[in-house]
Amino acid sequence: MHNLTPYSGLLGGALIGLSTAMLMILTGRIAGISGIFGGLLTRSPGHGWRLAFVAGLIAAPLFATLGGRPFPHPTLPASLTVIAIGGLLVGFGSRLGSGCTSGHGVCGTARLSTRSMVATAIFMLVAIATVTIMRHGIGG
Amino acid sequence: MPQLIASFICGLIFGAGLMISGMTQPEKVLGFLDIFGAWDATLAFVMAGAVTVASIGFALAKQRGAPVLAEKLQWPTRSDIDAPLVTGAALFGLGWGLVGLCPGPALVNLASFGLPILVFVVAMAVGMIGQDAWRAQRDAGHATANDATPVRVDG
Repeated sequence: MHNLTPYSGLLGGALIGLSTAMLMILTGRIAGISGIFGGLLTRSPGHGWRLAFVAGLIAAPLFATLGGRPFPHPTLPASLTVIAIGGLLVGFGSRLGSGCTSGHGVCGTARLSTRSMVATAIFMLVAIATVTIMRHGIGG
Repeated sequence: MPQLIASFICGLIFGAGLMISGMTQPEKVLGFLDIFGAWDATLAFVMAGAVTVASIGFALAKQRGAPVLAEKLQWPTRSDIDAPLVTGAALFGLGWGLVGLCPGPALVNLASFGLPILVFVVAMAVGMIGQDAWRAQRDAGHATANDATPVRVDG
């Protein structure tokens, strides 16, 4: 548990919740990133607000550097091939399952939607199984 | 216009939350999923904070009845647990576990301009477009009467 950062986790989480609450109270929409981003790539209505939300997400690190925070340098612990396969699966799966960590995990759980909580339990368990097999080997 | 500004600000706050919580770092996410290794429980705190505040916000929205800048609250309407939900969640979980990135953090990390993150976001977009095209083609195959029904998403 030496990596645990509970306070920044709670604070960051609260901001995610605040954004989710604000989007519903102000515009009446659900803050599900795969739905918002996926809708931009297809013929879904509402391109304007989707683009504005995604622009905000992408611009967040730029604003953060103005506030003195370091620019993000994500370390992706996988080869480019695995990254490409992972990206395809995340994109395909989140659209097929109508949501991801934000839409099902945060919004769906907050709405007490059984459908979303089932989806969240499934992707959590599969992700845990994937990491366990990748890092510790089958049965290891 | 006010809706666009509100959406942009919500995106900014969402991105800030992901950065502050550490969830833009795949290693942090994988640390949570690695329950048999050096387990990092941070993601559970992020979810707890997010769900708590979102629940309060949703309750306020319901009490208000209508959003401030739009006509109606667009709550997801589906409650069935069907095969696409289960299969989709499983495929998503597999991809998430392989790389440690989901759509939100992937988009926030685009600003780092690294090749790996670019590869991930392009692959994710291809996967999304591919799924929609595949489903549209499949639906057109055996539901000609109902093909005007829009695809409802939960999030």
